[in-house]
Parts: sequence; C-alpha cells; structure tokens
Amino acid sequence: MKPKALILRTAGINCDKETTLAFELAGAEASLRHINYVKEAKSLSRYQIICFPGGFSYGDDLGAGKIFSLELLLWLKDELKAFIGKGGLVLGICNGFQVMVKTGILPDADFRQKVTLSFNDCGRFVDRWIYLKTKEEVRQFVKQIGETSPSAGWRGRRTRDEKKETKPEKIWTKGLPEVIRLPIAHGEGKFLAPQKIVKELEAAGRIAFRYCDDVGGIEESETVNPNGSLRNIAGITDATGRILGLMPHPERCMFEHQIPDWHKKKTVPWGLRIFQNAVNYFLLRKK
Amino acid sequence: MVHRVDIIPKKESRHTGLINQIKDSGIGKIFEASCRTVYFIESNLPENKIEEIVIRLLIDPVTENYILARGFFAAPPQINEILVTHNPGVCDPVALSLEKAIKDLNVPVATARTARWYKFDGLSVRDIEKLAPRVLYNPLIEHVLDYNKVKNLSTLSEFAGKDYCFELRSVDILSADDNRLMEISKQGCLSLSLEEMRIIKGYFTARQNNPTDCELETIATLWSEHCCHKTFRGIIEYEERDESGAVVKKETINGLLKSTVMQATNEISHKGCVSVFHDNSGIVDFDAKNNICFKVETHNHPSSLEPYGGASTGIGGVIRDILGTGCGAKPFANTDVFCFAPWDISYDDLPKGLLHPKRIIKGVIGGVRDYGNRMGIPTVAGAVLFDRRFLGNPLVYCGTLGILPKNKSFKKVDIDDVVVLCGAKTGRDGIHGATFSSRELDEQTVALNSAVQIGNAIEEKKLTEALLCSRDKNLFNAITDCGAGGISSAITEIASEHGVEVELDKVPLKYRGLSYTEIWISESQERMVFTTKEENITALKEIFDEEDVEMTVVGKVTGDHRLRLFYSGNKVAELDMDFIFNLPKLAKKAAWQIKKEEDTKVGDKKSYNKDLLALLASPNISPKDWILRQYDHEVQAGSVLKSMAETGGRLGVSDAAVVRPDLKSRKAVVIGMGINPFYSDIDPYWTAALAIDEALRNLISCGADLRRTYILDNFCWGSPQDPETLAGLVRASKGCYDFSTYFKIPFISGKDSLYNEYSVEGKDIAIPGTLLISAISVIDDWQEVSGNNFTQRGNLIYLVGKTKPELGASQYFRNAGITGGIVPKVDKADAYDIFTGLSRAAKKGLVASCHDLSEGGMAVALAEMCMGSGLGANVFLAEAPVSGKLLDYEVLFSESPTRFIVEVVKRDKKDFEKTLKGLPFGLIGCVDDKPDLMIYNKNSKPVVNESLAKLRKAWTGTFKEFQ
Repeated sequence: MKPKALILRTAGINCDKETTLAFELAGAEASLRHINYVKEAKSLSRYQIICFPGGFSYGDDLGAGKIFSLELLLWLKDELKAFIGKGGLVLGICNGFQVMVKTGILPDADFRQKVTLSFNDCGRFVDRWIYLKTKEEVRQFVKQIGETSPSAGWRGRRTRDEKKETKPEKIWTKGLPEVIRLPIAHGEGKFLAPQKIVKELEAAGRIAFRYCDDVGGIEESETVNPNGSLRNIAGITDATGRILGLMPHPERCMFEHQIPDWHKKKTVPWGLRIFQNAVNYFLLRKK
Repeated sequence: MVHRVDIIPKKESRHTGLINQIKDSGIGKIFEASCRTVYFIESNLPENKIEEIVIRLLIDPVTENYILARGFFAAPPQINEILVTHNPGVCDPVALSLEKAIKDLNVPVATARTARWYKFDGLSVRDIEKLAPRVLYNPLIEHVLDYNKVKNLSTLSEFAGKDYCFELRSVDILSADDNRLMEISKQGCLSLSLEEMRIIKGYFTARQNNPTDCELETIATLWSEHCCHKTFRGIIEYEERDESGAVVKKETINGLLKSTVMQATNEISHKGCVSVFHDNSGIVDFDAKNNICFKVETHNHPSSLEPYGGASTGIGGVIRDILGTGCGAKPFANTDVFCFAPWDISYDDLPKGLLHPKRIIKGVIGGVRDYGNRMGIPTVAGAVLFDRRFLGNPLVYCGTLGILPKNKSFKKVDIDDVVVLCGAKTGRDGIHGATFSSRELDEQTVALNSAVQIGNAIEEKKLTEALLCSRDKNLFNAITDCGAGGISSAITEIASEHGVEVELDKVPLKYRGLSYTEIWISESQERMVFTTKEENITALKEIFDEEDVEMTVVGKVTGDHRLRLFYSGNKVAELDMDFIFNLPKLAKKAAWQIKKEEDTKVGDKKSYNKDLLALLASPNISPKDWILRQYDHEVQAGSVLKSMAETGGRLGVSDAAVVRPDLKSRKAVVIGMGINPFYSDIDPYWTAALAIDEALRNLISCGADLRRTYILDNFCWGSPQDPETLAGLVRASKGCYDFSTYFKIPFISGKDSLYNEYSVEGKDIAIPGTLLISAISVIDDWQEVSGNNFTQRGNLIYLVGKTKPELGASQYFRNAGITGGIVPKVDKADAYDIFTGLSRAAKKGLVASCHDLSEGGMAVALAEMCMGSGLGANVFLAEAPVSGKLLDYEVLFSESPTRFIVEVVKRDKKDFEKTLKGLPFGLIGCVDDKPDLMIYNKNSKPVVNESLAKLRKAWTGTFKEFQ
C-alpha cells in the first residue's frame, strides 16, 4: 500500500501543488488540505507523512511562519504530538521549516521554540542555487562555535568519528551523494540557535544539510552560505531522524530541466530522492 | 485603550544599510541611525492579556525582546526620534494579519496598526525633517506621528466620521451652457471634453431629467482614456511632410488599433488563436486539454508617485486580468520590464516633486518582488532600460501568463444570473486617480477623499485559490476583474449584453461613510466579479469560507439592456447599456516630418578592448541578475530555462525564459521580449519592426518555432494631443502591422498608456516613444530547448544574418555621443527565412547553443556567450556576411537585426550549412578553452584581445550599489 502523505497549506502557502506532485512521483498517496479543513476534521491518524510546504503563510507578516505556527499550536497540537509519537514522518520545506521551528516541532518535537530562522544577512529575499553537504560523519570541524573569523580550517580534515551510539537514523538523506545542488528562495533563512543547542545537534549528528562549495568545503562566505546561517546549517532533524526541516527546495529539483545547466551536462535531480526516501521508509520497513 | 509595542533585537547590530541610504541622499555628517518595528493594538483587555498577545505573536523569542507601553507615546519623544505610520485608509497588510491572528486567539475584537521608529545620533532636527521624506517614508502613504496631536488619543479608528446618510444628488446639465458643461467636467474630475459633455447633455435632454452624480461618474469612467482607449479607437487625420515641408501623404485613419494591430491578426487568421482582443487577455492554443493566455499592463503614473505601491498594484492588477480571462485562468509566470532614469543625478538637481531614480528603482523592484513572490507566481523574464527622459515618468510593464482548460475559455452570462463581488472589502482607494490628498492621523481626521493604493498579495492569493477551486467545480460561468473604475466597469462590462441591477449597500466596506457613488467607482484592490446561478451560492460559500475570502451577492443580470443601481431601495442611477458602450469617436491630428538619415562614420581604432568593456558596463547591457535573484523565479516547479543562472560561479544570461505551465505535459512555453525606445528618436516605424524582430530572435535562439508564436503590444507614448507625437504612434502602429503580417505572427492582446509627460520649469518633457513587444511560443517538448552560452571547446562559431553599417541610435554610438547614423532595418528579403532556417537546424539537433545579436552587436553577444560558459573564442571579422564594405567597428558593434551567433559541433558542419543553404551565414571562428575573447580583423590583427576575467569584471560591476 502506498503511504499516505498530508500536505498542509494555509493562506499564502504557494509551493503546495508541486510538493504534492513530488510525493506522488515518489510513490505516495498525497492529499493537499487547507488547515481550516484539517482543524475541523482533526484526523491526522490516517497519514504516515505530514509535509509543511514552502510559501509565505499569511504573507510572513509578524515574521516568517509565525501565524501558521500559532494556528498549529492552537488547533492541532495534540494531534501532531500523537502523530509524531506514533512514528510518522514530518517534512518542512522553507516556510514549512520556519513554521516547524516556531511551533517547536524542531528541534525536539516538544512544541517549544528553541531555535529560529532569521533575516538573511543580505537583508532581502534570495532565489539561487547552492551546494549542500549531505554527510558529515567522517569529517570534524576544527572551528569552534563562537569564533567569528572566516574558517579556513573547516575544509576536509578527515578524522575518525568516534561517537556512534546516538546517531539518528538517516531516513531523508539516504542514498544522496556527499554534495548535491538545490535552489533556495527565502528572505528569512539564517539559522540561529543558542550555542548549547547547536553543539548538541552537531554531536548527535542531527545536521542534515550544510551549505558548502562545489566540492563539499564548508566556508562562511556569502557565495557558499547564502544567508549567514550559524555553522552553515541548512537543515536539521529531530533526535529520531524522522522529522526534517530544511530551507532549500527539493521539489524544485525533481525534474532534470529545473537544474540550471541541464542542457550542457547530464545531471540527476536529487531533490526527488528526499521524497522517495520518505516513501521507501514505509514500503521497505513493512517487508 | 491603545497599547504600543516596540520590538527590540536582543543583539543590536549597526544599521549599515539605513545609514548608507541616508548618506546617499546628501547628508555629509557623521551620524548613527537605528530603527525598530512598532505595533499599536487597541483593546480593552487587561495588560497581562496584551502581554500574552505580544509574546505569542510579535516576538521571536530567540532573537527579540519587547517594550510594552500605554498610548502612542510612553513619554514625549526625543527631538532625534521619529515614528512613521500609514495614512488613514492606506492598506496596512501586516496590521490586517495581526488582527486575524488576534482573532485566532479568541480575543474579542481588537484593531491594530504598524509603525517604524527611527532614532538619529549626530543629526539636527532640520536634517531629520529634510531626509525623512526623501528616504524614510513617502508622504503620499505615510506620515510622522505628531506627539501633540495623538497624546490624548485613545483609539486607532481613523474615521471618527458618521455613518453615511443617504441623499440623492443630481447634477444640473440640462440648463448648462458650454462653459458650464466644461466647469462640471473639471470640478468633478470627469476628464470629459466639451464634445462629449454635449452628447451627454443630449442624452439626458431626451430623457427629460438631469443625471444623478452617479450616472455622470459612470459615463466618465467608462468613456475614460484608461477604460476605452479613445486615441486608438478614434479618428486620426495623418499626414507626412518631406524635408521641404511639402505634404507627401495624407490619410484618415478610422480606428488606429483596428486598422493596424488588430487588422494584422485578422489577416493572418492563425488557427492557434482562441480568443484575441476580446477578453481580459489573449488566449491561444496550448495542448489538447488546455489553452494559455497572456496579458501585459503598464502602471506608470502610480509607480512614479509611490514606486512600491504602484508596482505592486500593477502586478496585482495584471494577475487579476488572467484570473478574469474566460472562466478564470491559473497564473503561471510573470514578466516585468522597467524604464528608469540613470541614478547618478544628485538630490539637489532633482526637479521638485520628483522622486530620486534610486528610490524609484528600489521601490518598483521591491513592489514586484513582494507581490509576485507572495502570490507564488514565478517572475521569469524581463528587461530594464535607462534614459534620462524617464526621470519624471518611469515605465513599469507587468505581464502575467495563465493556463486554463479549453472548456473554460469563454464566458456565458445568462439573464437572472446573480452578480457576486468577491475578495477584499471596498474603501476609498484610488477614487479619481490623482486627486488624492494626504492626511494625518489626528483627532480631527473625519473624512478622507481618497487613498493611494498599496497591494495586499495575501488577499489576492486567497482569492485565486477560492476562484480556481470554484471554477473546477463549475460553480460560475463568467468572471472579470475590478481594475480601473472598480465595480462600475467590471459589472457593466460583464452584463453589457443583457443589463444589470446592483444594490450598492450590499457591498462590504472597509470603514463607514462611503457614499453610493464612492462605492460604485472605488478602485480598491484584490476584488473580482463573477456571475452564477442562484443555486450555486451555498457551494461557493463553503469554498470561500474555507479560504477565508469574502463573497457577496450584489446584483442580478436582467434582460432589459439597462444599468440600474440602488442604495437601500432608492434608485440612484439608470442608464442604457447602448449609450454607455457607444462612445463618440473624436478626431485628432497627426503630422510626421520625414527626416533624412545621415550615414555617420568614424575612423577605425587599433583596439576595441576599451570600447567593448564600456559597452558591457552600460546599464542597458550589464546583467540584471541582482533583480532576478530577488524574484522567486522557480516557484511552481516548471522552470526549464532561467533568464539568468549561475553555474560553477559563472553568471550566464539567456535570451528568453522557458517554463512548463503543466507539470504533467512535456510542452513548454518560451517567453521573450523586444524593446528599444532609442530608435524612436529616428523613426518609430523601425522601433516597431525592430522590437518585433528582437522578441522573435529571443525565442528562436532558445529553440522556438515561428508557427506557434504570438505577440503582444504595449505602447507607452507622450501626449496624443501633440500632432508629431501622435504621428510617431501612427508610424509605430504601421510598423506593427507590416511586420506582424510579414512574419505571420498575430497580436493577441495589447494595451496603451499615453500622456507620459512631465514638466520641469514649465517645459514638458515626453518619454521616447516606447513599444514593448512580448512574445510567447509553445514548444512540444522541453528537451528541444537550447541554451544561449557556449558549451564545448573546439565547436564552430557561425554568424547567421547579414551585418550592415547600421549604428543609428545603437548602444555604441550612444556611448560615444554620436547622434547620427542609419537606423537598423528589418530586411524582408531574408528575415523570415533566417528564423525558419534556424528553427529547422535546432529541430534537427544541429545547434549546440545560439544567442541573438542586439544592443552592442556581435562583440557583446560573443562576450556574453564566453562569460556564461567560461570558454574563450577566436573570431575572424572577415568571415562575417556583410553588406558592402564595413569598417571594423561596424562589424563589431552594428545592431542590424535578424542575426545570431550559433555554436555548432564540428561533425554537424555539413548538415548545418546545408540546412541554412541560400541564407547569409559565415563560419567566423571556434570555441576555445583558453579563457580569452580574441577577435581578428581582415588584416589578421586582434582588434579585441581580452581575458574573460576582465570582461566579466566590467560587465558585472555596474549595479554594485544595488546588490
């Protein structure tokens, strides 16, 4: 049976249709619903996957994702808690990531906001393609949090990773190459969090994506880190690995033609794999 | 009780952007500036409840703190502080969202408002007073809160005014003589001529009573230049004189549009045209299931006064045109084209009353960005041009493309259908266009004549969702948008063939006190009108409720061909539809002075490196990636070719944008444009021909086919009362007819904006006649699309099309300050064959990449193809097909149309040349992996010899301060 995905929208969400299509192409049975419908029906239990797509919920007035997150807290908090508790997958893309962070679904699914996505360093909306590093267990960052100088020492120091016990399951990033390209399109994507939380996330291997250069080097320059995110963080997961939030748009990399230089060289639309991973998580587990 | 909330960042950082902006405006002092967001909430709740609202809604707990106080000011402000807020009646979208969120919290009705607080250290009160309206706010929409006026104010209510008290007003025109008729027109801001006023008087004389104010306003609105294009539909007495002053041609044109642009479409009678010059946009065939539609509008005057609001309502308006096409189309792409003045003018040299170009540029781009991005419609293609004459009259063209099912492409209005108004509430926005006055929020504020319009994209986004869902459930049968004239033109147009009754008191209002006439002619944004059967209302209501959108039945379609308006049961207007839609045709004079072209030549130079670098750095050529990146150009996931894209850290530009409107179909739409007002200085006839050629070139070089291509016209011109200006418009229209029929490409829609003039010290300055041609083409499979940058070293470089010494009004001559020269001309001998030949070659897969030659000619095109790929090129001028004997600079920089650089893989050489047999082309060089552009003249001397790094530095350095 196809896993069922709920794509939840509200006023101003605008990546809902293509995100629904991405789940369909990945093999899910996808339903696109308005929160006004879901809040009456209160039926999240029939779904295996919930996705908060990108857009400008309520115009991002009062801050990106703010009002949508308030509505989730007011109307669907218990249902979401139950859904997560039962082992469902949750994905938030761009505005959806902002909503999840402000609802407190990420980082710890305890419905308390601990981290944020703030205004880009350049002060405005940016749409462009960036590189993302999808793996980091074999690399260690020389630079410590709190240092502000450009980090020459970040790139490519290979050491053996010793902590292995509490790593979250790699559900969403399975099978991705070490570096992929996706587009970003946001005005508020700068990941900010208290040092303690960032350290915890890094130690637990919960940084799903970091902005990097074309060969996987982590640098803080604007060309590499487009919004000034702390530690180049572009996406994080919860402790179980089942909940993912990311600023880049995987649904804008599900067809070859969406990639800027597709007519020059053969390229793989890796974004689609992220949706397929969610579907396969349920299909393969059952066997 | 009013509560004030100041949002304070936990980590204060220096407001460098704000400080630089202020320095830019001519303040020479050393100072610091800071800024905060402020909210006002009016509510009778206890303070701790307000605090809860603040914590839950207004701050980001990770990065922000707040200060909560009572009243507008906790204490008298320091002299170096100001607080800026919206004028009454001006849309404040953030406040509306805040009110919605407070409602979600189940808190009894509270009203909200936003403001910005600024503080300056090191500036005097006079400095602040001078700079604030220059850079911090626009007095048309905002004002500085005056402590003394609001210190005792305990409400945010903008209108202490009373409810509207009905009183039927009539205007005495039956007894009016000619002088009085003109007085009535002027005093009422009706813009009706004496001839028109006499006709109106005749109508009411026959009816034997005076018109009500509402009747007169209705006629004035529907007969306005804006609504019905009097000049293009009227009669023009056109004549041409030669240099001796003798009349060589005389002609009476009865309907310029009908006899040129529309005539061409009629003659071509293209089978792909579904509905042209009829609906709110032109509809053409896409695939077996869907059609696509396209409309481009201008919003020039509003953008010159309030750039951000003008541009955002411009894009909002054209999106509604698409929603109002057929039974509603889904918007899938936006285009925008701007013409600005250069931004180097000092603030002190700026004529009084004009905004600085920098502010206009940033405001317009911001308006398109914020509205388009929030709507979730990718802004995919555009152009920006600079000329000093756009100083008082910037041009803002906004276009939208839509897709709609074949069976939803036509409207059907039946007698007894109900008329439904949906979307935003109605206020006094845009009543009488330019007669607004700004007022401050204070105790005395009781009335407001009109408000400048600010868009609220989220309102329109919700409306779009509700309408498209209702359309797919077949819940209405006709729809149109509220644009100029508001519901007065929307409802009369939708019911023009039947007649209609409207109850104006049913219209939902933003605030009290609107008269029946104000309701009828208000231009409030984000509203649409549709007609449906009464039994559909319940199902519609359910959909609209889920989307949080308002919809109200306001009238009924009748069968008596009359327009009847009521307010609380009182009839306030009754007019014959035939009279309203049968406006008189007025005659205007047009006189064209034929000018002899001078074949200006200058001497050749040894090296053109410097000239090429200067060309690349020209504002018209330097890439506008900094604008495109601010637009969400990839939403909806259909992007096939981006106007600009970075790959491997290299920026490449494309000739057109390609988008898939339906992700379940392999078909794609190519979107390109042509615009070059500079040729109008010599002859607008060729402006038109060249704009069409350029728009088509842009499509062809991306792999499009002429046979499935359609174009739109948008004329922006000066005053048609001036015979020479009007003659230019006639010349351009004739050019449109000649080249549309020659290429067999039909016009499917268009729009004109006239009277683009402004006066400086009593002198009228008109914009150059500017014609935008927007073109679209349907491609069967997205994989057929080709790119516009070199792909592989060793590939061959061809120049297709003949180069002539045509540098009149070219970028090269303008850079050098040369005014003469021959204007480029589209050559009917081979232009069509070149386009079709190249399409054939592309279809056969023989084109590795292709780029058209436009501003800056061949040298600029080659440089762009190199920079976009990181590959170099070796090129020989002697191999270029030319007409006559040309100097080096003429081959390098001529702007002869219908030319392309084509990259071909070596093994395809024979096939490619065979496909183009009989056409002018030359094998001019090859692609090299050495990153240099080398161009050799006939003596094998390198006349261009430059590294890509240096070219790129010049090319991308122009707009640094905007990036």
